[in-house]
Amino acid sequence: MKKVYNSAAEALDGLLFDGMFIASGGFGLCGIPELLLAAIKEAGTKDLTFASNNAGVDDFGIGILLQTRQVKKMISSYVGENAEFMRQYLSGELELEFNPQGTLAERMRAGGAGIPGFYTKTGYGTQIAEGKEVKEFNGENYILETGLFADLSIVKAWKADTTGNLIFRKTARNFNPPAAMCGKVCVVEVEEIVQPGELDPDHIHLPGVYVHRIIKGEHEKRIEQRTTRPAA
Amino acid sequence: MPWDRNQMAARAAQELEDGMYVNLGIGIPTLVSNYIPEGVEVTLQSENGMLGMGPFPVEGSEDPDLINAGKQTITELPHTAYFDSATSFGMIRGGKIAMAILGAMEVAENGDLANWMIPGKLVKGMGGAMDLVAGVRRVVVVMDHTNKHGESKLLKECTLPLTGKSVVDRVITNLGVLDVVEGGLKIVECADGVTEEELRAATEATIID
Repeated sequence: MKKVYNSAAEALDGLLFDGMFIASGGFGLCGIPELLLAAIKEAGTKDLTFASNNAGVDDFGIGILLQTRQVKKMISSYVGENAEFMRQYLSGELELEFNPQGTLAERMRAGGAGIPGFYTKTGYGTQIAEGKEVKEFNGENYILETGLFADLSIVKAWKADTTGNLIFRKTARNFNPPAAMCGKVCVVEVEEIVQPGELDPDHIHLPGVYVHRIIKGEHEKRIEQRTTRPAA
Repeated sequence: MPWDRNQMAARAAQELEDGMYVNLGIGIPTLVSNYIPEGVEVTLQSENGMLGMGPFPVEGSEDPDLINAGKQTITELPHTAYFDSATSFGMIRGGKIAMAILGAMEVAENGDLANWMIPGKLVKGMGGAMDLVAGVRRVVVVMDHTNKHGESKLLKECTLPLTGKSVVDRVITNLGVLDVVEGGLKIVECADGVTEEELRAATEATIID
Protein backbone atom coordinates (compact mmCIF):
# COMPACT_ATOMS: atom_id res chain seq x y z
CA MET A 1 0.00 0.00 0.00
CA LYS A 2 1.75 3.13 -1.23
CA LYS A 3 0.04 6.41 -0.41
CA VAL A 4 2.99 8.80 -0.19
CA TYR A 5 3.96 10.56 -3.42
CA ASN A 6 6.86 12.88 -4.14
CA SER A 7 5.06 15.85 -5.64
CA ALA A 8 1.62 17.28 -6.23
CA ALA A 9 1.90 16.56 -9.95
CA GLU A 10 2.84 12.94 -9.26
CA ALA A 11 -0.01 12.54 -6.76
CA LEU A 12 -2.54 13.82 -9.30
CA ASP A 13 -1.17 11.72 -12.17
CA GLY A 14 -3.97 9.78 -13.87
CA LEU A 15 -6.72 11.41 -11.79
CA LEU A 16 -7.43 14.58 -13.77
CA PHE A 17 -9.78 14.88 -16.74
CA ASP A 18 -11.64 17.74 -18.43
CA GLY A 19 -15.14 18.36 -17.08
CA MET A 20 -14.47 16.69 -13.73
CA PHE A 21 -16.01 17.58 -10.36
CA ILE A 22 -13.57 18.43 -7.57
CA ALA A 23 -14.35 19.04 -3.90
CA SER A 24 -11.82 21.26 -2.15
CA GLY A 25 -11.23 22.00 1.52
CA GLY A 26 -10.47 25.44 2.93
CA PHE A 27 -12.21 28.51 4.31
CA GLY A 28 -11.06 31.74 2.69
CA LEU A 29 -7.34 31.14 2.24
CA CYS A 30 -7.10 29.14 5.48
CA GLY A 31 -6.43 25.43 5.06
CA ILE A 32 -6.63 25.43 1.28
CA PRO A 33 -4.77 22.75 -0.74
CA GLU A 34 -2.53 25.35 -2.34
CA LEU A 35 0.03 22.92 -3.79
CA LEU A 36 -2.58 20.68 -5.44
CA LEU A 37 -4.38 23.73 -6.89
CA ALA A 38 -1.07 24.91 -8.37
CA ALA A 39 -0.51 21.44 -9.87
CA ILE A 40 -4.01 21.45 -11.42
CA LYS A 41 -3.20 24.81 -12.96
CA GLU A 42 0.03 23.34 -14.34
CA ALA A 43 -1.83 20.29 -15.71
CA GLY A 44 -4.24 22.58 -17.59
CA THR A 45 -7.34 20.47 -16.86
CA LYS A 46 -10.40 22.37 -18.11
CA ASP A 47 -14.15 22.78 -17.54
CA LEU A 48 -13.81 22.01 -13.86
CA THR A 49 -16.67 22.13 -11.39
CA PHE A 50 -15.52 22.99 -7.87
CA ALA A 51 -17.38 22.53 -4.62
CA SER A 52 -15.48 24.90 -2.34
CA ASN A 53 -16.76 27.32 0.27
CA ASN A 54 -14.90 30.23 -1.37
CA ALA A 55 -13.14 30.92 -4.64
CA GLY A 56 -9.84 32.23 -3.28
CA VAL A 57 -8.50 35.66 -4.17
CA ASP A 58 -7.35 36.80 -7.59
CA ASP A 59 -3.86 35.32 -7.34
CA PHE A 60 -4.17 32.58 -4.71
CA GLY A 61 -6.33 29.56 -4.06
CA ILE A 62 -8.91 28.64 -6.71
CA GLY A 63 -8.36 32.17 -8.04
CA ILE A 64 -5.31 30.92 -9.96
CA LEU A 65 -7.54 28.51 -11.91
CA LEU A 66 -10.00 31.29 -12.68
CA GLN A 67 -7.19 33.34 -14.21
CA THR A 68 -6.49 30.48 -16.62
CA ARG A 69 -10.22 29.88 -17.34
CA GLN A 70 -10.06 26.28 -16.12
CA VAL A 71 -13.21 26.54 -13.98
CA LYS A 72 -16.67 26.11 -15.49
CA LYS A 73 -18.76 26.13 -12.33
CA MET A 74 -18.42 26.92 -8.63
CA ILE A 75 -20.59 25.58 -5.81
CA SER A 76 -19.83 28.01 -2.97
CA SER A 77 -21.35 29.96 -0.10
CA TYR A 78 -19.37 33.19 -0.37
CA VAL A 79 -17.26 34.56 -3.20
CA GLY A 80 -16.83 38.20 -2.23
CA GLU A 81 -13.05 38.40 -2.20
CA ASN A 82 -12.34 37.73 -5.86
CA ALA A 83 -12.66 40.42 -8.55
CA GLU A 84 -11.82 38.09 -11.46
CA PHE A 85 -14.49 35.69 -10.24
CA MET A 86 -17.06 38.48 -10.29
CA ARG A 87 -15.99 39.57 -13.76
CA GLN A 88 -16.35 36.06 -15.21
CA TYR A 89 -19.62 35.46 -13.39
CA LEU A 90 -21.23 38.73 -14.48
CA SER A 91 -20.15 38.16 -18.10
CA GLY A 92 -21.70 34.69 -18.06
CA GLU A 93 -18.40 32.81 -18.49
CA LEU A 94 -18.68 31.12 -15.11
CA GLU A 95 -21.60 29.26 -13.53
CA LEU A 96 -22.25 29.78 -9.86
CA GLU A 97 -24.45 27.79 -7.50
CA PHE A 98 -24.77 29.39 -4.07
CA ASN A 99 -25.24 26.98 -1.20
CA PRO A 100 -25.71 28.06 2.41
CA GLN A 101 -22.42 27.29 4.13
CA GLY A 102 -23.81 24.60 6.41
CA THR A 103 -25.75 23.02 3.58
CA LEU A 104 -22.58 22.85 1.50
CA ALA A 105 -20.64 21.22 4.35
CA GLU A 106 -23.45 18.75 4.98
CA ARG A 107 -23.80 17.93 1.27
CA MET A 108 -20.12 16.96 1.27
CA ARG A 109 -20.38 14.99 4.51
CA ALA A 110 -23.56 13.26 3.33
CA GLY A 111 -22.02 12.29 -0.01
CA GLY A 112 -19.08 10.77 1.80
CA ALA A 113 -21.38 8.96 4.20
CA GLY A 114 -23.48 7.39 1.45
CA ILE A 115 -26.48 9.66 2.01
CA PRO A 116 -27.86 10.91 -1.34
CA GLY A 117 -30.28 13.42 0.18
CA PHE A 118 -31.27 15.04 3.46
CA TYR A 119 -33.85 17.52 4.72
CA THR A 120 -32.79 20.82 6.29
CA LYS A 121 -34.67 23.88 7.49
CA THR A 122 -31.86 26.12 6.23
CA GLY A 123 -33.16 28.22 3.34
CA TYR A 124 -36.83 27.28 3.68
CA GLY A 125 -38.93 30.14 2.27
CA THR A 126 -35.95 31.68 0.42
CA GLN A 127 -34.67 31.58 -3.18
CA ILE A 128 -32.51 28.62 -2.21
CA ALA A 129 -35.64 26.51 -1.73
CA GLU A 130 -37.06 27.17 -5.20
CA GLY A 131 -37.69 23.90 -7.04
CA LYS A 132 -36.78 21.80 -4.01
CA GLU A 133 -39.08 19.35 -2.28
CA VAL A 134 -40.56 20.64 0.99
CA LYS A 135 -41.50 18.22 3.73
CA GLU A 136 -43.00 18.84 7.13
CA PHE A 137 -41.57 17.18 10.21
CA ASN A 138 -43.08 17.88 13.64
CA GLY A 139 -44.84 20.99 12.34
CA GLU A 140 -41.75 22.56 10.77
CA ASN A 141 -40.89 22.80 7.08
CA TYR A 142 -37.67 21.40 5.66
CA ILE A 143 -36.22 21.33 2.14
CA LEU A 144 -34.54 18.42 0.40
CA GLU A 145 -30.85 18.87 -0.37
CA THR A 146 -28.64 16.31 -2.12
CA GLY A 147 -25.33 14.77 -1.14
CA LEU A 148 -22.29 15.65 -3.24
CA PHE A 149 -20.25 12.92 -4.91
CA ALA A 150 -17.02 14.32 -6.33
CA ASP A 151 -14.59 12.71 -8.78
CA LEU A 152 -11.71 14.00 -6.70
CA SER A 153 -11.17 15.54 -3.27
CA ILE A 154 -8.21 17.83 -2.66
CA VAL A 155 -7.50 18.76 0.93
CA LYS A 156 -4.88 20.23 3.23
CA ALA A 157 -4.03 18.71 6.60
CA TRP A 158 -1.30 19.44 9.13
CA LYS A 159 0.13 15.96 9.66
CA ALA A 160 -0.40 12.56 8.12
CA ASP A 161 1.05 9.18 8.84
CA THR A 162 2.04 7.10 5.83
CA THR A 163 -1.32 5.25 5.95
CA GLY A 164 -3.23 8.53 5.54
CA ASN A 165 -4.48 9.10 9.07
CA LEU A 166 -4.81 12.89 9.32
CA ILE A 167 -4.55 15.60 11.92
CA PHE A 168 -5.60 19.15 11.12
CA ARG A 169 -4.55 22.32 12.89
CA LYS A 170 -6.86 24.93 14.47
CA THR A 171 -9.39 26.54 12.11
CA ALA A 172 -7.52 25.19 9.07
CA ARG A 173 -9.61 22.04 9.55
CA ASN A 174 -12.86 23.71 8.31
CA PHE A 175 -14.15 22.08 5.11
CA ASN A 176 -11.24 19.67 4.74
CA PRO A 177 -12.72 16.58 6.43
CA PRO A 178 -16.12 16.74 4.67
CA ALA A 179 -14.43 17.57 1.35
CA ALA A 180 -12.08 14.60 1.83
CA MET A 181 -15.01 12.27 2.46
CA CYS A 182 -17.09 13.05 -0.63
CA GLY A 183 -14.59 12.22 -3.39
CA LYS A 184 -14.01 8.91 -5.17
CA VAL A 185 -10.32 9.63 -4.72
CA CYS A 186 -8.82 11.92 -2.09
CA VAL A 187 -5.40 13.56 -2.40
CA VAL A 188 -4.01 15.31 0.67
CA GLU A 189 -1.15 17.77 1.09
CA VAL A 190 0.42 18.05 4.53
CA GLU A 191 3.22 19.84 6.35
CA GLU A 192 4.63 16.70 7.91
CA ILE A 193 4.47 12.94 7.24
CA VAL A 194 5.23 10.58 10.12
CA GLN A 195 5.39 6.81 10.55
CA PRO A 196 2.39 4.78 11.76
CA GLY A 197 2.33 4.81 15.53
CA GLU A 198 3.66 8.34 15.84
CA LEU A 199 0.16 9.85 15.86
CA ASP A 200 -2.00 9.04 18.87
CA PRO A 201 -4.84 6.88 17.45
CA ASP A 202 -7.26 8.68 19.78
CA HIS A 203 -6.31 12.02 18.25
CA ILE A 204 -6.84 11.22 14.55
CA HIS A 205 -9.29 13.72 13.00
CA LEU A 206 -9.84 11.81 9.76
CA PRO A 207 -8.92 8.14 9.40
CA GLY A 208 -6.81 6.98 6.46
CA VAL A 209 -9.67 5.05 4.88
CA TYR A 210 -10.71 8.34 3.26
CA VAL A 211 -7.21 9.18 2.02
CA HIS A 212 -5.59 7.70 -1.09
CA ARG A 213 -2.57 9.82 -1.91
CA ILE A 214 -0.42 12.09 0.27
CA ILE A 215 2.26 14.66 -0.43
CA LYS A 216 4.34 16.79 1.88
CA GLY A 217 5.26 20.32 0.87
CA GLU A 218 6.10 23.86 1.81
CA HIS A 219 3.01 26.05 2.26
CA GLU A 220 2.78 29.79 1.83
CA LYS A 221 -0.33 29.94 4.09
CA ARG A 222 -1.28 33.46 3.11
CA ILE A 223 -3.29 35.55 5.61
CA GLU A 224 -6.34 37.27 4.10
CA GLN A 225 -7.17 39.77 6.87
CA ARG A 226 -4.23 40.33 9.20
CA THR A 227 -5.85 41.85 12.29
CA THR A 228 -4.01 42.62 15.53
CA ARG A 229 -4.52 44.38 18.83
CA PRO A 230 -1.97 46.65 20.54
CA ALA A 231 0.49 44.83 22.80
CA ALA A 232 -0.45 45.31 26.47
CA MET B 1 -29.71 61.35 20.49
CA PRO B 2 -29.97 57.99 18.71
CA TRP B 3 -27.44 55.34 19.74
CA ASP B 4 -24.15 55.17 17.86
CA ARG B 5 -22.56 51.89 16.73
CA ASN B 6 -20.86 51.29 20.05
CA GLN B 7 -24.00 52.07 22.05
CA MET B 8 -25.97 49.67 19.86
CA ALA B 9 -23.34 47.00 20.47
CA ALA B 10 -23.42 47.71 24.20
CA ARG B 11 -27.21 47.37 24.22
CA ALA B 12 -26.98 44.10 22.27
CA ALA B 13 -24.48 42.82 24.85
CA GLN B 14 -27.25 43.12 27.46
CA GLU B 15 -28.95 40.22 25.64
CA LEU B 16 -26.15 37.87 26.69
CA GLU B 17 -26.69 35.53 29.60
CA ASP B 18 -24.12 33.63 31.60
CA GLY B 19 -23.18 30.33 30.01
CA MET B 20 -24.51 31.09 26.54
CA TYR B 21 -22.90 29.84 23.35
CA VAL B 22 -23.25 32.74 20.91
CA ASN B 23 -22.44 33.51 17.28
CA LEU B 24 -21.65 37.14 16.42
CA GLY B 25 -21.96 38.37 12.84
CA ILE B 26 -19.69 40.79 11.01
CA GLY B 27 -19.89 44.58 11.59
CA ILE B 28 -21.57 46.03 14.68
CA PRO B 29 -22.25 42.52 16.10
CA THR B 30 -18.49 41.95 16.30
CA LEU B 31 -18.26 44.96 18.63
CA VAL B 32 -20.64 43.26 21.08
CA SER B 33 -17.74 41.24 22.48
CA ASN B 34 -16.26 44.52 23.83
CA TYR B 35 -19.29 45.04 26.08
CA ILE B 36 -19.98 41.64 27.66
CA PRO B 37 -21.41 42.46 31.13
CA GLU B 38 -19.34 41.71 34.20
CA GLY B 39 -20.06 38.29 35.66
CA VAL B 40 -21.41 36.98 32.35
CA GLU B 41 -19.34 34.31 30.66
CA VAL B 42 -20.24 33.53 27.08
CA THR B 43 -18.51 31.27 24.59
CA LEU B 44 -18.24 32.74 21.11
CA GLN B 45 -18.67 30.41 18.16
CA SER B 46 -16.94 31.08 14.86
CA GLU B 47 -18.75 29.11 12.17
CA ASN B 48 -15.54 28.19 10.36
CA GLY B 49 -14.93 25.69 13.15
CA MET B 50 -14.24 27.07 16.60
CA LEU B 51 -15.84 27.52 20.01
CA GLY B 52 -14.11 29.83 22.45
CA MET B 53 -12.92 32.60 20.16
CA GLY B 54 -10.33 34.88 21.75
CA PRO B 55 -9.30 38.46 20.92
CA PHE B 56 -7.16 39.57 17.98
CA PRO B 57 -3.49 38.55 18.36
CA VAL B 58 -0.77 41.01 19.23
CA GLU B 59 1.39 41.90 16.27
CA GLY B 60 3.88 39.19 15.46
CA SER B 61 1.82 36.33 16.86
CA GLU B 62 -0.70 36.02 14.00
CA ASP B 63 -1.34 32.43 12.98
CA PRO B 64 -2.57 31.79 9.41
CA ASP B 65 -4.30 28.62 10.68
CA LEU B 66 -6.38 30.60 13.18
CA ILE B 67 -9.01 32.93 11.73
CA ASN B 68 -12.63 33.91 12.36
CA ALA B 69 -15.55 33.80 9.94
CA GLY B 70 -14.54 37.26 8.67
CA LYS B 71 -11.12 35.76 7.79
CA GLN B 72 -9.44 37.93 10.45
CA THR B 73 -6.60 36.54 12.53
CA ILE B 74 -7.74 35.71 16.08
CA THR B 75 -6.51 33.80 19.15
CA GLU B 76 -7.66 30.82 21.18
CA LEU B 77 -8.65 30.60 24.85
CA PRO B 78 -8.05 27.84 27.43
CA HIS B 79 -11.47 26.28 26.73
CA THR B 80 -11.28 26.57 22.92
CA ALA B 81 -12.38 23.62 20.79
CA TYR B 82 -11.89 23.19 17.04
CA PHE B 83 -14.03 21.14 14.67
CA ASP B 84 -14.85 20.80 10.99
CA SER B 85 -17.46 22.83 9.07
CA ALA B 86 -20.05 20.01 8.99
CA THR B 87 -19.86 19.69 12.78
CA SER B 88 -19.95 23.48 13.15
CA PHE B 89 -23.19 23.79 11.22
CA GLY B 90 -24.51 20.67 12.90
CA MET B 91 -24.42 22.52 16.22
CA ILE B 92 -25.95 25.61 14.59
CA ARG B 93 -28.72 23.76 12.76
CA GLY B 94 -29.26 21.51 15.75
CA GLY B 95 -30.18 24.42 18.01
CA LYS B 96 -27.14 24.08 20.29
CA ILE B 97 -26.13 27.72 19.81
CA ALA B 98 -28.29 29.90 22.06
CA MET B 99 -28.16 33.13 20.13
CA ALA B 100 -26.97 34.80 16.95
CA ILE B 101 -26.48 38.57 16.82
CA LEU B 102 -26.27 39.75 13.25
CA GLY B 103 -26.74 42.69 10.92
CA ALA B 104 -29.55 43.10 8.37
CA MET B 105 -30.68 45.10 5.37
CA GLU B 106 -34.41 44.60 6.10
CA VAL B 107 -36.58 42.99 8.79
CA ALA B 108 -40.31 42.44 8.31
CA GLU B 109 -42.95 42.61 11.03
CA ASN B 110 -43.39 38.81 10.86
CA GLY B 111 -39.67 38.25 11.54
CA ASP B 112 -38.58 37.72 7.94
CA LEU B 113 -34.95 38.71 7.48
CA ALA B 114 -33.12 39.93 4.37
CA ASN B 115 -29.37 40.44 4.62
CA TRP B 116 -27.65 38.57 1.82
CA MET B 117 -28.35 40.06 -1.60
CA ILE B 118 -29.62 43.07 -3.53
CA PRO B 119 -30.86 42.01 -6.98
CA GLY B 120 -28.89 43.65 -9.76
CA LYS B 121 -25.99 44.41 -7.45
CA LEU B 122 -22.90 42.37 -6.74
CA VAL B 123 -23.87 39.14 -5.02
CA LYS B 124 -21.24 37.85 -2.68
CA GLY B 125 -23.17 34.96 -1.18
CA MET B 126 -25.01 34.08 2.00
CA GLY B 127 -22.10 32.40 3.73
CA GLY B 128 -23.46 30.89 6.93
CA ALA B 129 -26.29 33.41 7.46
CA MET B 130 -29.14 31.20 6.26
CA ASP B 131 -28.01 28.31 8.44
CA LEU B 132 -27.59 30.54 11.48
CA VAL B 133 -31.00 32.18 11.32
CA ALA B 134 -32.69 28.85 10.66
CA GLY B 135 -30.90 27.02 13.43
CA VAL B 136 -29.96 29.10 16.45
CA ARG B 137 -32.52 29.39 19.22
CA ARG B 138 -32.74 33.21 19.32
CA VAL B 139 -31.92 35.69 16.53
CA VAL B 140 -31.16 39.30 17.49
CA VAL B 141 -30.65 41.80 14.67
CA VAL B 142 -28.56 44.93 15.17
CA MET B 143 -28.92 47.52 12.42
CA ASP B 144 -29.67 51.16 11.68
CA HIS B 145 -33.38 51.91 11.86
CA THR B 146 -33.42 53.56 8.42
CA ASN B 147 -31.38 53.26 5.22
CA LYS B 148 -29.23 56.00 3.73
CA HIS B 149 -32.32 57.48 2.06
CA GLY B 150 -34.03 57.76 5.45
CA GLU B 151 -36.47 54.92 4.68
CA SER B 152 -37.50 52.42 7.34
CA LYS B 153 -35.61 49.10 7.34
CA LEU B 154 -38.39 47.67 9.53
CA LEU B 155 -41.04 46.82 6.96
CA LYS B 156 -44.46 45.26 6.60
CA GLU B 157 -42.84 42.88 4.10
CA CYS B 158 -39.23 42.54 2.97
CA THR B 159 -38.54 43.73 -0.56
CA LEU B 160 -35.16 41.97 -0.84
CA PRO B 161 -34.62 38.20 -1.21
CA LEU B 162 -34.97 36.54 2.19
CA THR B 163 -32.25 35.01 4.30
CA GLY B 164 -34.85 33.35 6.50
CA LYS B 165 -38.60 33.31 7.02
CA SER B 166 -40.02 34.34 10.43
CA VAL B 167 -36.64 33.97 12.11
CA VAL B 168 -35.98 37.28 13.92
CA ASP B 169 -36.85 37.55 17.62
CA ARG B 170 -35.57 41.02 18.52
CA VAL B 171 -34.24 44.07 16.64
CA ILE B 172 -31.88 46.61 18.16
CA THR B 173 -31.55 49.80 16.11
CA ASN B 174 -30.07 53.24 16.68
CA LEU B 175 -33.55 54.34 17.80
CA GLY B 176 -34.48 51.54 20.17
CA VAL B 177 -35.34 47.90 20.77
CA LEU B 178 -38.32 46.07 19.24
CA ASP B 179 -39.58 42.50 19.57
CA VAL B 180 -41.27 40.48 16.85
CA VAL B 181 -44.62 39.42 18.30
CA GLU B 182 -47.93 38.12 16.96
CA GLY B 183 -49.25 40.72 14.50
CA GLY B 184 -46.22 43.01 14.35
CA LEU B 185 -43.45 44.63 16.35
CA LYS B 186 -43.60 45.67 19.99
CA ILE B 187 -41.47 48.49 21.35
CA VAL B 188 -39.30 47.26 24.21
CA GLU B 189 -37.43 50.50 24.79
CA CYS B 190 -36.38 53.69 23.05
CA ALA B 191 -32.80 54.88 22.75
CA ASP B 192 -31.84 57.61 25.21
CA GLY B 193 -33.40 60.87 24.04
CA VAL B 194 -35.54 59.21 21.34
CA THR B 195 -39.29 59.47 21.88
CA GLU B 196 -41.75 56.71 21.13
CA GLU B 197 -43.36 59.05 18.56
CA GLU B 198 -40.04 59.47 16.77
CA LEU B 199 -39.49 55.72 16.75
CA ARG B 200 -43.01 55.07 15.42
CA ALA B 201 -42.61 57.75 12.73
CA ALA B 202 -39.41 56.11 11.50
CA THR B 203 -41.00 52.64 11.31
CA GLU B 204 -43.03 51.26 8.41
CA ALA B 205 -43.83 47.95 10.12
CA THR B 206 -46.96 47.61 12.22
CA ILE B 207 -46.29 48.48 15.84
CA ILE B 208 -48.43 46.61 18.35
CA ASP B 209 -49.39 48.42 21.54
